Amino acid sequence: MASIGKIARRTFLIGTAAIAGGVAFGVYQVRKDAPNPLVAGDGEATLNPYILLNAEGITIIAPRAEMGQGVHTTLAALVAEEMDVAWEDITVLHGPPAQAYYNQALLGLALPFRHYADSDFQHNLRKNVGMVGKLLNLQVTGGSTSTKDAYERMRHAGASAREALKLAAAAQLDIDARDLRTENSAVIAPDGSRFHYTALAEAVRDVSPPDVALRAKSEWKYLGKSMPRTDMVGKSTGTAPYAADTKLDGMKFATVRMNPRRSGMLSYDDSFAKTMDGVEAIIDLGDGIGVVANNTWLAIQAANAVDIEWEASSYPATTEELLDATRAAFDLDPNSTIRDDGDVSAAVEGTEITAEYTVPYLAHSTMEPMNATAIYRGDSLEVWSGNQAPIIVRDKCAEACGLTAEQVTVHTTLLGGGFGRRGEYDFSVHATKIAQAFPDTPIRMTWSREEDMQHDFYRPAALAQFRGVVADGKAQLVDGKIAAQSVTHTSSMRLVGQVPPGPDRGHVEGAADQPYAIPNFRITGHLADLSVPLGFWRSVGNSHNGFFFDTFIDEMAHAAGADPLQFRLDMAMAEHAPSAGVIAAVGEMANWGSETPDNIGRGIGFTYSFGTPVAEVVEVEDTGSGIKINKCWIACDMGTALDPSIVEAQMTSGAIYGFSAAMQGEITFFDGEAEQFNFYDYDAMRMHNVPEFEVRILETNNHMGGAGEPGTPPSMPALGNALFDLTGTRARELPLIKTFDLIL
Amino acid sequence: MPTTLTINGTAQSVDLPDDVPLLWVLRDEVGLTGTKFGCGVAACGACTVHIDGEAVRSCQVALADVWGEVTTIEGLGTPNNMATIQQTWVDHQVAQCGYCQSGQIMNAAALLAQTPNPTDADIDDAMQGNLCRCGTYPRIRAAIKDAAQRIQEA
Repeated sequence: MASIGKIARRTFLIGTAAIAGGVAFGVYQVRKDAPNPLVAGDGEATLNPYILLNAEGITIIAPRAEMGQGVHTTLAALVAEEMDVAWEDITVLHGPPAQAYYNQALLGLALPFRHYADSDFQHNLRKNVGMVGKLLNLQVTGGSTSTKDAYERMRHAGASAREALKLAAAAQLDIDARDLRTENSAVIAPDGSRFHYTALAEAVRDVSPPDVALRAKSEWKYLGKSMPRTDMVGKSTGTAPYAADTKLDGMKFATVRMNPRRSGMLSYDDSFAKTMDGVEAIIDLGDGIGVVANNTWLAIQAANAVDIEWEASSYPATTEELLDATRAAFDLDPNSTIRDDGDVSAAVEGTEITAEYTVPYLAHSTMEPMNATAIYRGDSLEVWSGNQAPIIVRDKCAEACGLTAEQVTVHTTLLGGGFGRRGEYDFSVHATKIAQAFPDTPIRMTWSREEDMQHDFYRPAALAQFRGVVADGKAQLVDGKIAAQSVTHTSSMRLVGQVPPGPDRGHVEGAADQPYAIPNFRITGHLADLSVPLGFWRSVGNSHNGFFFDTFIDEMAHAAGADPLQFRLDMAMAEHAPSAGVIAAVGEMANWGSETPDNIGRGIGFTYSFGTPVAEVVEVEDTGSGIKINKCWIACDMGTALDPSIVEAQMTSGAIYGFSAAMQGEITFFDGEAEQFNFYDYDAMRMHNVPEFEVRILETNNHMGGAGEPGTPPSMPALGNALFDLTGTRARELPLIKTFDLIL
Repeated sequence: MPTTLTINGTAQSVDLPDDVPLLWVLRDEVGLTGTKFGCGVAACGACTVHIDGEAVRSCQVALADVWGEVTTIEGLGTPNNMATIQQTWVDHQVAQCGYCQSGQIMNAAALLAQTPNPTDADIDDAMQGNLCRCGTYPRIRAAIKDAAQRIQEA
């Protein structure tokens, strides 16, 4: 089987055992300015950056990380659909770090437009700004952008490869390519004889791939259908390789203990630890220590036995102080006033309500703890890492060990959960530094769960103050202020060394960009100047603003004496039809408005995020021994659902991730350290308290939206609103377990 | 002194201290990485294996305390010869990131061995020790029920 190490240019020297008989195709015409990172060996063809063909098979290179969201399956289907590859013939590999794989759609999200107001002009402008992604080497999996970004590029790659294969066969047969057709990974001649693509790998090398039109949606065989996931058998048999499973000859096992206050190390004493069983070395990493042993568990035992004096944190030491500092940001000039319709300072007749909301810091807590494997050979470095940003990982690892980017190879493995956490490079750099201290020896470095929980890049705690006016059953005014440390600024500084100019759109997403017609509507973003390590947590700003904004809308509906679903529907109808569509659909699914017993409560939540409107209805029940979520109905509209089974799984997954956080997720700080360590004090939903789900996918949206994240934001307010319906107590603070007797 | 274990029907000699957990013997010494490390404190179930058919958290069983034959996910079935429970996992397209699924499947297999026709409450009780951050629970439940039916019909 092909491996990316053998076919990527950077690893070509290492992968001397190049695959016999293969090709690398030229790049799809419109994008030919970025060099193809794939290099063909003898008899191989890399038809473009996405396809490698040789006598052994057809390999599709996925430019995005498979972290559970099914992207390998969907991206492969885009190529296979146009190329006519038989589904069972497909092998998918992660792409190497390369400019050709930049994410154009991700940067488009940063523009301060209301996404849903997607005129063709704005759509094109977003696309052009997205080109900057290439300059920034933004090969990033995030922002629910993978399929949107690949939708045209990878289909074009498949179409042009198909035509190139026909040309190659036509030359062999000495007939016109127009007389040939393709199906099931083969070119079919007029007399019915078949030429399997793999048999054409050698011949197609010299063909210049033509640029051809894409097939109409009505002709699709794979897209729009639920395909068997390409990673499913491996993941059901324990054979799917994650970074933590990397096996190399002579490998040693390592772990780290870094400062839980996220600053430096004053001193350490390893005199006892280094005498412990299996320990081979204890390495000074500057802001922590690494332990190398003959077994991971022995390394972790020794790391815990090192006596370390840590520096204090650069941020306030307790949750209380951090929240005070966040609250103080309300008094600062706003960083953004992206939404400012009408005049919120004008006197508006009606009933005024106000509310303040608080949500906590959150950890990603992926199932696979952070880990990476590295081997340093003096003039080269190879890293195996489950990551969402291979170019950044390559560059940071190179910098850490004093090599150039060209001397570093990054193998991106399957990710045992990402949710944003694996967009970071910290764990890959740790493995690099330990490997550098142990040259020519493969080092597999694995964090303990405790290290993982205490060294996350957290979702920030956030506060909101809302004022609203309702009259005649309708919203007349919404004035919201959102305060938090900026994820965008904190992460940009860490990842690329600068803060992007202009208003921080991510800080107010989920509130400022909601598709509601409200005559006087303003959202201001206030940035707290703190240095807590923050990162992108599934749905990012929407994860707190979705809760703030939609909960306040629910409070306004209640104050207006209106039905909460109809209240939202009226505001959405005037502004964005697909949003109104999902609200109406979820009402129909749940038979909204029907009589329910006294011990049942129902709530609706709605958030438009990553181009996809999602409405959720949650039903809760007071069982007499705690409150349980019985059922969740979800309606979404991402325009084109490329794989309905995967979309359904992502919507359900997004909601469960949101419920878990809303019910019990909370990271607190004391003495500058996160106070949570493991799943016993940072848990999530489990089999016994997960509700039944029903998902409906609508396809009316003009432009393609995301699937991995949009299910998360509305789940939290929907649950809070259902609890209000059940108990009469309004959920203004998360996690809900502080206020409600939930079954955990 | 080396310890001898029987893993997936094969005797394996292991030279590690007595207190090293079975999980880390399997992963680092024997090279069976299908069994996953998630928490190290029996709070997530990712490391579930069978000892004499019983589902155990291998992160909590010291090498010296392994009392019987060990079966891991690799011993349950292979990609070309999957156990029924693995086949229903594929048919129901259960896995997302997939990291917890070895443990989920091993736990479900032990449940079905003991309770061939589990109710929802049986599934809740048996599976609540297995955490899945992707939230694949609804499909896990469906795959277990389907496997129960197929095993009984076979």
